[in-house]
Amino acid sequence: MSAITNVARASLSKDLRLEWRSKDAINSMLFFALLVVVIFSFSFDPTAEESRRIAGGLVWVAFLFAAVVALNQTWARELRNQVLDALFLAKAFGNFIFVIVLETFMTPLFIVFYNLRALGPAYQLLIVSALGTWALVVNGTFFAAMSLRTRSREIMLPLLLFPISIPALLATVEATTAILTGDFSAKFWIVLLAAYNVVFTTACLLLFDTVLKAE
Amino acid sequence: MNHVSHAAATPIIVIHDLVKQFGRFAALRGVSAEFVSGRLYAIVGENGAGKTTLLRSLAGLTRPTRGTISMLGTTDLRSVCRQVGYMAHPSLLYDEMAGMENLRYFARLYGIQDDQHCARTTAAVGLDPKLTRPVGQYSQGMRQRMSLARAMIHDPRILLLDEPFSNVDAHSARQMTHLLKQLRDAGKTIFVVTHQASQLEHAADEFVQMEAGLITRRTRELMMAETP
Repeated sequence: MSAITNVARASLSKDLRLEWRSKDAINSMLFFALLVVVIFSFSFDPTAEESRRIAGGLVWVAFLFAAVVALNQTWARELRNQVLDALFLAKAFGNFIFVIVLETFMTPLFIVFYNLRALGPAYQLLIVSALGTWALVVNGTFFAAMSLRTRSREIMLPLLLFPISIPALLATVEATTAILTGDFSAKFWIVLLAAYNVVFTTACLLLFDTVLKAE
Repeated sequence: MNHVSHAAATPIIVIHDLVKQFGRFAALRGVSAEFVSGRLYAIVGENGAGKTTLLRSLAGLTRPTRGTISMLGTTDLRSVCRQVGYMAHPSLLYDEMAGMENLRYFARLYGIQDDQHCARTTAAVGLDPKLTRPVGQYSQGMRQRMSLARAMIHDPRILLLDEPFSNVDAHSARQMTHLLKQLRDAGKTIFVVTHQASQLEHAADEFVQMEAGLITRRTRELMMAETP
């Protein structure tokens, strides 16, 4: 077990170092999410009440599309180097950190542009954010590996990822909206999101070796 | 022609009727061969002869369409992958990291925590372990040598090297050949796929000639007329 942990740690540290130096994923995600925020804020002019109702969906759709940009690059470097035996969990954790960094930068912008203030328990946003992001990256990392050898992998990843992410996206958006509006409890959606994560993390771990060996 | 016989030695690798098909194209067409340990084999032949496919099959990176490879007494190549070092045609290094950072990463994958071991391996291929610039800024020759260091970082018993001399200057190629001889003398089994067979003229124990997906000849001496 410690050997696997050491390998995962080495792999994660390598990915973070490479991203710190190249900034490929972070830059493309940030610019994409920034564009979404600015364009939506100019396209609609919502009141504070309307913002609270639509912000959950808006924020997570922006994160989802921005994350796909990074997820598409997850295995590209490994494909170039023909080193696909990297650990799935290390890659998923790496992507989790990248998307969390994106969310950390983008959330203040969303708050300013959409005049947001949570009427429900705001601390739950941290839980929703962590669970929602994990749901996104665990499947994203898996399907990025699966679509790696296809010719149109940039198209293939969203085609595979978005349908399977609908339950998680729905739960994340509903939970965020519940916390922002304070109209109803987010607990049910948080539990659903946690259950989704357990099921899909297990499935991805079990199936990853098969995906890796496929020619 | 001086055919090689290894009747007394136990083979470390046994290939039986190996076929690799890419769609309708057969890269390997029923290769059967035995290789003994502690030898340096030069695999030569023209482009498309199946040299790289054979090497990738030995490394377990390509699944054969038919046939078997037995390595170190097992046909489960995954179980002996720690005994194999593979240097591919591309360098397999991360351009944004320095040579030592690359080596440290690959060493950790094999559970090697000793940085001194990485430094010694880097020095063994004639590079300075203190070099801090990223591999992306290395010359092609330096990349090749670092790639060789990566392949041998975990001290494997079998080394599979694909075109190690390509884009390497004559002096560096001689240094690499000298290193390969030392490794062979230390008991390693080395396979070198190359178009520059003359580099191994006085080092290789055997030249394995491939043509159209088959091993057509195995000789102790290089047949100059047959090397491109």
